[in-house]
Amino acid sequence: MPSFAMTRPLPAYLRDWQREIEGHARAYGLDFFPTIFEILPYDRINEIAAYGGFPTRYPHWRFGMEYEQLSKSHEYGLSKIYELVINNNPAIAYLLEGNSMVDQKLVMCHVLGHVDFFKNNFAFATTDQGKDPRDGGAVRKWIDTMANHGAIVRRWSNRVGIERVEEFIDVCLSLENLVDPQKPYLPPPERRGPLSQLEEEEAVPEELRLIKVERDYMESFINPEEFVQAQRQKLEDEKEQAKRFPEAPRRDVLAFLIEHAPLERWERDVLNVVRREAYYFLPQMQTKIMNEGWASYWHSKLMTTRVADASEIVDYADRNAGVMATAPGKLNPYKLGVELFRYIEERWDKGQFGKEWEECESWEAKRHWDRRTGLGREKIFQVRKLYTDVTFIDEFLTPEFVYDQKLYTFGFNQRNDRWEIESRQFHDVKQKLLTRLTNAGNPIIRVVDANHGNRGELLLQHDHMGVDLRLDWAREVLAALVRIWRRPVELHTMVEEKDTSLRFDGTDHTQRPLK
Amino acid sequence: MSLKIDQDHGRFRAIVRGKIRENLRRYVSKGELMGKQGKERVSIPIPQIDIPRFRFADKQQGGVGQGDGEPGDGVGQGQGKPGEGAGEAGQGEGEHALEVEVTLDELADILGEELALPNIESKGKSTIVDKKDRYVGIRNVGPNSLRHFKRTYKTALKRQIALGSYDAKKPIVIPTKDDLRFRSWKTDEEPVANAVIIYMMDVSGSMGDEQKEIVRIESFWIDTWLRRQYEGIETRFIIHDAVAREVDRDTFFRTRESGGTMISSAYKICAKMIEDEYPPGQWNIYPFHFSDGDNWSVDDTLLCVELLRNQILPAANVFCYGQVESPYGSGQFIKDLKEHFGDDEQLITSEIRDRDAILGSIGEFLGKGK
Repeated sequence: MPSFAMTRPLPAYLRDWQREIEGHARAYGLDFFPTIFEILPYDRINEIAAYGGFPTRYPHWRFGMEYEQLSKSHEYGLSKIYELVINNNPAIAYLLEGNSMVDQKLVMCHVLGHVDFFKNNFAFATTDQGKDPRDGGAVRKWIDTMANHGAIVRRWSNRVGIERVEEFIDVCLSLENLVDPQKPYLPPPERRGPLSQLEEEEAVPEELRLIKVERDYMESFINPEEFVQAQRQKLEDEKEQAKRFPEAPRRDVLAFLIEHAPLERWERDVLNVVRREAYYFLPQMQTKIMNEGWASYWHSKLMTTRVADASEIVDYADRNAGVMATAPGKLNPYKLGVELFRYIEERWDKGQFGKEWEECESWEAKRHWDRRTGLGREKIFQVRKLYTDVTFIDEFLTPEFVYDQKLYTFGFNQRNDRWEIESRQFHDVKQKLLTRLTNAGNPIIRVVDANHGNRGELLLQHDHMGVDLRLDWAREVLAALVRIWRRPVELHTMVEEKDTSLRFDGTDHTQRPLK
Repeated sequence: MSLKIDQDHGRFRAIVRGKIRENLRRYVSKGELMGKQGKERVSIPIPQIDIPRFRFADKQQGGVGQGDGEPGDGVGQGQGKPGEGAGEAGQGEGEHALEVEVTLDELADILGEELALPNIESKGKSTIVDKKDRYVGIRNVGPNSLRHFKRTYKTALKRQIALGSYDAKKPIVIPTKDDLRFRSWKTDEEPVANAVIIYMMDVSGSMGDEQKEIVRIESFWIDTWLRRQYEGIETRFIIHDAVAREVDRDTFFRTRESGGTMISSAYKICAKMIEDEYPPGQWNIYPFHFSDGDNWSVDDTLLCVELLRNQILPAANVFCYGQVESPYGSGQFIKDLKEHFGDDEQLITSEIRDRDAILGSIGEFLGKGK
């Protein structure tokens, strides 16, 4: 029996509250999966949090590290995990034993917001595992899937040794973020044969395409030496192009490696596990601000209008203020998200949208704009369905909002050796936010050539968009890639505004400028 | 209940141990552990235990924040996730240097493994014991002052119910002599401190701050190791220039005198201390002496040799002399000691040229297993 099933059932008073809160939430229009709350002591909560919410995950020391940090900060009273909810159908959420009633209610309200988001936001549709034939609902049995992953990894650990498997997981985790966020929405790529077949196909010789000449003496005029050279070059290029594999650069580096790297079976299995989990967590990383904002919006709405009684409201306000707190140099996704949702609601309630609004240039008029359209609630429900963080910010961040919320960009000032506020300009803030959110904050890396230099080497390309890679880590990731590809691996990127190639051949790292 | 995470946690601790061992030389020479020392634990910054990924360089990337301040104002440490843990644990960006706590015992073990230190053979079984009484149970006889009221009445109640003489309407319980219960105690014999470290240091003008820092670091590790080996341990501190006196730990590392150097003054106090307070039959005695090797005169050196030979060495497990290189010291004393004691196993000398040499010198001092 999996360990999560051994927990105690929810005490009756909490179950009653769950029913009541769910009733209120439904009345507001929230639409969530059935949600199972479990109440756990702090060490079990820390354990589950360390496993990313899944008590049944594969064994790896990194979860132990996470656990150590969580339990330490718990013991020191630095932080307490407020809510832990898993995107699963039914959703699983955990309550901390010994929390006050107000805390438990707050967490339940917050969690229902998350579960509604999981169920309805389009990005999470990628975590569907099929349709339930009975009611057409989404199948998301990720607790089971993760347990299966755990079983796969454990089985291989028993067979090939825990050290080898764990070491290989380290390698895989270094590549964990090399996935393609757009992949779920693209048609599946055509399958190509392995490298060796391809090479045979390329072996067909081709003739030089020259202009046909009737008389020999005209040859050097019609097909002068330069032309022959050019044609020869063209042919070479075409050949080179055809030889190129993959034909188009691929962002799903993990899938590419699973398909084409010379892996043993256990290695392929493990890499597969890591990749599937990476895709599972991807929507959560793409919607951090929205997801937390939505859940916070609903916990505050539910608590202040329906759930908390007069004796609890001060405690609630205190907790809520803690969650919403901002600190210099940090962005609190709870705060930004909830404020932006409220702002959207207000705008659509007052009719602050459309052509007329866009074209209005009077700050004063905009401040007092109220057409009493009352579309706010409807709009935010639509937003929670159709947006991710990038589009959310791109569409709804306005100069007024940036000003009201006191948003700023900061950067490192080499001269003063410290982080400093750089700008409060709308465009700067928006640009920086979008840059940080694009690709869930990861650099965009593609596989360009799997037969680089015709030596079976792997060539990756980093789409440089103004920020360099962290080089010491990049080198280690290259080493991880070499471990999987078993041939030298090269990465083209930019370092200090110069095109640069980083290369690892299994023993030495080299870094040289390109061209 | 044992948790599933325990296994992963264990693996993590093992990796941490490995990392500490790998970087031990650096931790030792930088002395960065002692500032973070708690009572039984130290917190150690572990580099690069995180999983490397393709990531942006932090300093170029910057970010967005919220709150007051003008452009150009500092914002403290940027980056990092907000304090409240969110549901998506495990996916957050890791902090760059991880601080891990280890107990001093663990640290000692790591040191022992790295330097291949043998366990110390205790000189004579510990004979000093401390007796401690603990109440551990219940018995049927005892003095009235230790009578356990509740247990007595419980037993009486049980008896009355069994006999049927208990009436719930008139709940009167009367204990008889057989019902009486008393607290019982056990006497634990605990060996008390049976080892003493006597640190002596030259604080004359020629010992600079760097030299003292080396001594401080070295004594921290010696403490750590010996504490692991003995149940309880005492430390005493003696400083000397031309005269010597006993001081507390703080003064030991802070004092700076300017006078000349007479090592014998310290050895005299040490010898007296041993004679008065630490009978060698019962105590494991570890005198450590650190100096830059300068001594006032040849006569004084001879006096030192005599003190060592006749009084200190017969009593001590080992006598360790660490010579810290300083720009002023002549470094003669270590040669004199070597000349007089040859390869007497009981007297260990070590030259500590700089911080990097600390680890090696600890190995020399403690490597004999005495």
